[in-house]
Amino acid sequence: MPFAGYEMPVQYPTGIVAEHLHTRAAAGLFDVSHMGQAMVVGRDHESVAKAMERLVPADVAGLEPGQIRYSQLTNPEGGIIDDLMITHPQGEDGRLMLVVNASRKAVDYDWLRQNLGAGVALETIEDRGLVALQGPKAAEVMARHCQPVPELAFMTAAQALFDGIGCIVSRSGYTGEDGFEISVPEVDAVALAEALLAEPEVKAIGLGARDSLRLEAGLCLYGHDIDETTSPVEAGLAWSIGKRRRAEGGFMGAERILGELANGPARKRVGIAPEGRAPAREGAVIQDEDGKTLGVVTSGGFGPSVGAPIAMGYVAAAAAKIDTALDLVVRGKPIPARVAKLPFVAHRYHK
Amino acid sequence: MTKMRYTKEHEWVRLEGRTATVGISNYAQEQLGDVVFVELPDIGKTLAKGDEAAVVESVKAASEIYSPMSGEVIEVNEALDGDPGKVNSDAEGEAWFLKLKVVDDSEFDDLMDEIEYKEFLEEEQ
Repeated sequence: MPFAGYEMPVQYPTGIVAEHLHTRAAAGLFDVSHMGQAMVVGRDHESVAKAMERLVPADVAGLEPGQIRYSQLTNPEGGIIDDLMITHPQGEDGRLMLVVNASRKAVDYDWLRQNLGAGVALETIEDRGLVALQGPKAAEVMARHCQPVPELAFMTAAQALFDGIGCIVSRSGYTGEDGFEISVPEVDAVALAEALLAEPEVKAIGLGARDSLRLEAGLCLYGHDIDETTSPVEAGLAWSIGKRRRAEGGFMGAERILGELANGPARKRVGIAPEGRAPAREGAVIQDEDGKTLGVVTSGGFGPSVGAPIAMGYVAAAAAKIDTALDLVVRGKPIPARVAKLPFVAHRYHK
Repeated sequence: MTKMRYTKEHEWVRLEGRTATVGISNYAQEQLGDVVFVELPDIGKTLAKGDEAAVVESVKAASEIYSPMSGEVIEVNEALDGDPGKVNSDAEGEAWFLKLKVVDDSEFDDLMDEIEYKEFLEEEQ
């Protein structure tokens, strides 16, 4: 629709604020079926973990059955090819379940096939959907349809029956709220989604609110806050690098990543709070008060739960301290801002 | 009743004597979604018809608003500072953006009236 503007989102953004607030108050349902789901398959857990550990800095060998870890596929330069979730499925030794970004699926699968090595194979899953139910009411809604949901700990997964439909339920998400990601056979996906939407607490949530929710939660979006040039250390994701891995290395890009862990990275991802009400968007140059370039905004918009504009970006490490004064160039003019603590909205993961 | 005219870019204008009041249409605010910020021009700024007059920031994106007529900015709606959501709730009334001192009435006559604008919207959809 030809409404004059800098950029027109593909999906009309009506209702983003309402959808966003609903998710934090009750339960939001997201269709994320385009994300890539795949299995890494080998002889036993030890051998698949070993193969995977060459490609990610996480501790995969130490994953207990049912446990999920967030990590990144790194390249030899220490940059990030994609971020992903890795699950050691319960009762299935020798298999790891991966969930990767839709936009990077093809790249990731090529990379994995080329680099997993002999004896370990990649099986992509093309016949399953993925839906996420997120929010403080998600657990009580799920409990009406699905056991063993209440006992599922954060970042664990289990096979479960949802209204008799066999699925894999993970207690995880991309909003900072308690919630679940459900891998369901494609043929049953609509029935499962409709059953959830029929619940009074549940509302369907679009991609606009998905983005504002994750931004408030301080979570990275691949291609924006992380990419092939950013290391996990620069991106503030060093917490996901296993302790043993820091000592042993042995993953792609370890030289740079371990170097940055020892000496500090040159730049850091930070939260940014613009003063006033004007949002600063991706690409806005970050300057110091003298006009010297410090970095760039990588994600920016309005946080409905915060009630103010919020952003994330990279700045020179020296300027990364909380409350450092910054200028953001918006429409050619510098607007004042400061480095803000992430997340903007506290996480409320299930404990 | 003062007549409203509309542009193809979904701005509206009300002309009273030499004063033109400008805003965006209800259709426009629906397309934009929740408005979080409006950047208004400085008083005294001279705008030619078609010049960028203001910027509306919604949650997802920024959109330029173009001046439907040529003139000098004599007043801006400061209420939008504290309550940008007014653009969503009353786009064609209380959420006017700016007032211009204009010289050329024919620019007003060139624009679509309410009926023509309604038809234009129907064609768009």
